[in-house]
Amino acid sequence: MTKIKVNGKIHELTDVPGDTPLLWVLRDNLGLTGTKYGCGVSECGACTVHLDGKSIQSCVTELSEVGDSEVTTIEGLSADGSHPVQKAWKQHNVPQCGYCQVGQMMMAAAMLKSNNNPSDEDIDTEMWNICRCGTYPRIRAAVKAAAQELSQ
Amino acid sequence: MSTVSSQVTRRNFLATLSASSLVLMGKVGIGQEAGLIDASKRSVDDFAPDFFVAIAPDGVVTILAHRSEMGTGIRTSLPRVVAEELEADWDRVVIQQAVGDKRLGDQNTDGSNSIRFFFKRMRVAGATARTMLQRAAAKKWNVDASECYAANHTIKHKGSDRSFGFGELVADAKQLDVPPENELQLKPRGQWRYIGKDVPITDLDDIVTGKAIFGIDARMDNQLFAVIARPPVVGGKVISFDAAKAKQMPGVVDVIELPAFKGAPNFQPLGGVAVLATSTWAAWQGRDALDIQWDHGPNANYNTEEFAKQLAATAKQPGKVLRETGAATAAIDQSQKVVRGDYSVPHLSHAPMETTCAVADVKTDAVGKVTACHVLTATQNPQAVQQAVGPAMDMPTEDVLVNVTLLGSGFGRKSKPDYCVEAAMLSRQVKRPVHVTWTREDDLQHDYYHAISAIHCEAAVDEKGKPTAWLQRAVYPTIGSTFSPGADTPEAWEAEMGHTDLPFDVPNIRLEVGQAKSHVRIGWLRSVCHIQQNFAVSSFVDELALAASRDPLEYLLDLLGPDRLLDLKAAGLGNRGASEEEYPFDIARLKNVLRRVAEQANWGRASGLPKGHGLGIACARSFLGYTGHVIEVEVTKEGKVRIPKVWVSLDSGTVVSPDRVHAQIEGASIMAATQALYGKVSFDKGQAVETNYDSYRMCTMSDAPREIFVDVVASEAAPAGVGETGIASFAPALCNAIFAATGKRIRDLPIADHDLSWS
Repeated sequence: MTKIKVNGKIHELTDVPGDTPLLWVLRDNLGLTGTKYGCGVSECGACTVHLDGKSIQSCVTELSEVGDSEVTTIEGLSADGSHPVQKAWKQHNVPQCGYCQVGQMMMAAAMLKSNNNPSDEDIDTEMWNICRCGTYPRIRAAVKAAAQELSQ
Repeated sequence: MSTVSSQVTRRNFLATLSASSLVLMGKVGIGQEAGLIDASKRSVDDFAPDFFVAIAPDGVVTILAHRSEMGTGIRTSLPRVVAEELEADWDRVVIQQAVGDKRLGDQNTDGSNSIRFFFKRMRVAGATARTMLQRAAAKKWNVDASECYAANHTIKHKGSDRSFGFGELVADAKQLDVPPENELQLKPRGQWRYIGKDVPITDLDDIVTGKAIFGIDARMDNQLFAVIARPPVVGGKVISFDAAKAKQMPGVVDVIELPAFKGAPNFQPLGGVAVLATSTWAAWQGRDALDIQWDHGPNANYNTEEFAKQLAATAKQPGKVLRETGAATAAIDQSQKVVRGDYSVPHLSHAPMETTCAVADVKTDAVGKVTACHVLTATQNPQAVQQAVGPAMDMPTEDVLVNVTLLGSGFGRKSKPDYCVEAAMLSRQVKRPVHVTWTREDDLQHDYYHAISAIHCEAAVDEKGKPTAWLQRAVYPTIGSTFSPGADTPEAWEAEMGHTDLPFDVPNIRLEVGQAKSHVRIGWLRSVCHIQQNFAVSSFVDELALAASRDPLEYLLDLLGPDRLLDLKAAGLGNRGASEEEYPFDIARLKNVLRRVAEQANWGRASGLPKGHGLGIACARSFLGYTGHVIEVEVTKEGKVRIPKVWVSLDSGTVVSPDRVHAQIEGASIMAATQALYGKVSFDKGQAVETNYDSYRMCTMSDAPREIFVDVVASEAAPAGVGETGIASFAPALCNAIFAATGKRIRDLPIADHDLSWS
């Protein structure tokens, strides 16, 4: 049996091999389907969640690596979509299909924790997620708007 | 009125509705079996004069969204049109996603057709309900219906301050006959308050909170998860396999062989071996543990490097003439000056962020005959799912129940339901719901690819450099090959996307296509043949302008010639099924977007930019809409391309949701940039070489166009395409800009294959 703390709640997992990527534990074992599969090789960022507040790619993070660390998914980012990043995403009507946006928002939220005034270069470097719909200009605008709220 | 509602009376409509469970909840909860609303319960008291709209006694208006949401905002835009005509309060509207049902009309969310096909139909649906509410109120007040009007969810009386809420009129409206279309008065354009005005998309809150349900998230009780090993080469099949190791893997429940397809690929599964397990990861690990001997079949030697050479050679030989005016060949032979250009584009893959996924539940009787089949999936076309799954399950097409989730983008891939048939076949065998997930590697290795192509252009030019004759030949495997074995020549409708619909004022024109066999499944990808054809034509125009030592914009406007309507019928050309009266090929509109975009980009500075900086321009008519692109590039001395600014002017007629149109055009520019910069799927020994995003590279924040300025022409013309329309003129404008910056002409995409360094 493995214990895992997700969004403040401890889950006990039985019969889940330790080498299972966290992504599939979240999605298939815990029913937290907000976190998305995109590539499985940490190329697209769709599966981004927070481990102790830092962004990680859950598709290449094994369950056994999580240990006592706290996992935060989109379902735990805020209770009601009120995180500044979520508000900014709505304000700028960022999503088209919406599939990659959870990973984008988790990436942005983690970045803004340590850097609440990111430059364009910071955003280019930190926000490397793929969006096939091409929402990048709006993501950039939303990140800056969220940064502004967080820095106030 | 469309045949659907004009033939349906109120009473038999209600019977139909309850019998067919036409309406589906937009949100499908984990563990719920598809979340179907009990339509019979809903319809007993509701006023539902049309398939697309129902009003409950409490006043809640339900509007059916029958097209698929993959990022265009259509699940909001079409219901907005119904609400507009109904004068409904948007806050009291509930949107529900329709199941696949041919009575709703075309549901193939593809071809930039949704607004074009259904703008009027949605207006009629709303106006029908509104008219009946007005008549019900008139009857209650004993006044003439012309004295009653609708305003924000109420019916009011002109001569008094009397009014009824919509809900209060439901019981009476239900008793009335549905009026024929000629008795409806549609709202005049000046009174529109939803059409042309922005509202957040209906799924926005769910998306930003992670609650939105896509195909990969769809769940049915007791479902198994499946991952499939498909033949690495199209047309291949399993010789033998050893599943012993896979079956020992934790979570693996079953291993099932799927038959190879017969005849043309169509929407049939490719075949292979499926591993079914209690989780996606267990199934995936089991799949990878299979030991399979493959017969790679007739396409085992397909190599795109070789094939590209064949296509280029074919493009230099006379082909099949699709359009001819004057005597282009003779004029070129006799000309003093001839300009030639050869262009190529590789295979491209859709690579939607969400891979193809479906869950199916097939019920069988004691002898194995299918008694029911339910598919829940991210599809662009639920009716195509019915048509593909029905025969595979030996059941009538219309009995297949198909629910549609949100789509994690589609770009044409998800209008091809092979993955849904896989899920149904597996469910039938294991007698449990089965969810099939394609891995990214599966997606890139087994796509319905955009065709690899070669296009040859040549023009005889006069002393001013203007063409007197134009010969152009396009060679690529046809999409028809996916459906008809042996089809080996581009079809007229493919050529009409930027090749045979050449809009230029040239007296001698000869436009041909050449033969190319297909060795993979070819499919339509956003913008389809415009990708290669507009790239070639608009690059060649830039080369002609250069040869004439003329400004590209001035040259292009001259080449387009006088304002006129291109006579498509006389040229033997189609118009995407649209009438030329409603959707003419209007050279004036094409020139207009070109002039506008040039002005906004301040094109006049183009000739004075320092080396390494350049502006490029191109225009196109595609999917009945018009675009002009100006792109600004910076190419570093090391050859790295940056795209700081993009300007686009779009004329697609009447616009329903302006912000979503802007978003589509922004996104189209970025998708087109990705494809032009990096897009290439190569094949060796019949197998795709690029199998994940590490090798099938995408633009990200750092290299995508930084700023995109979208200008939408205010127009009262009939609504044309948007989503696909935004692609066509991007790649040539980009390559023209790169030429302006570096003097290096890109004739073979992708750009990343070229050394653009300069000193």
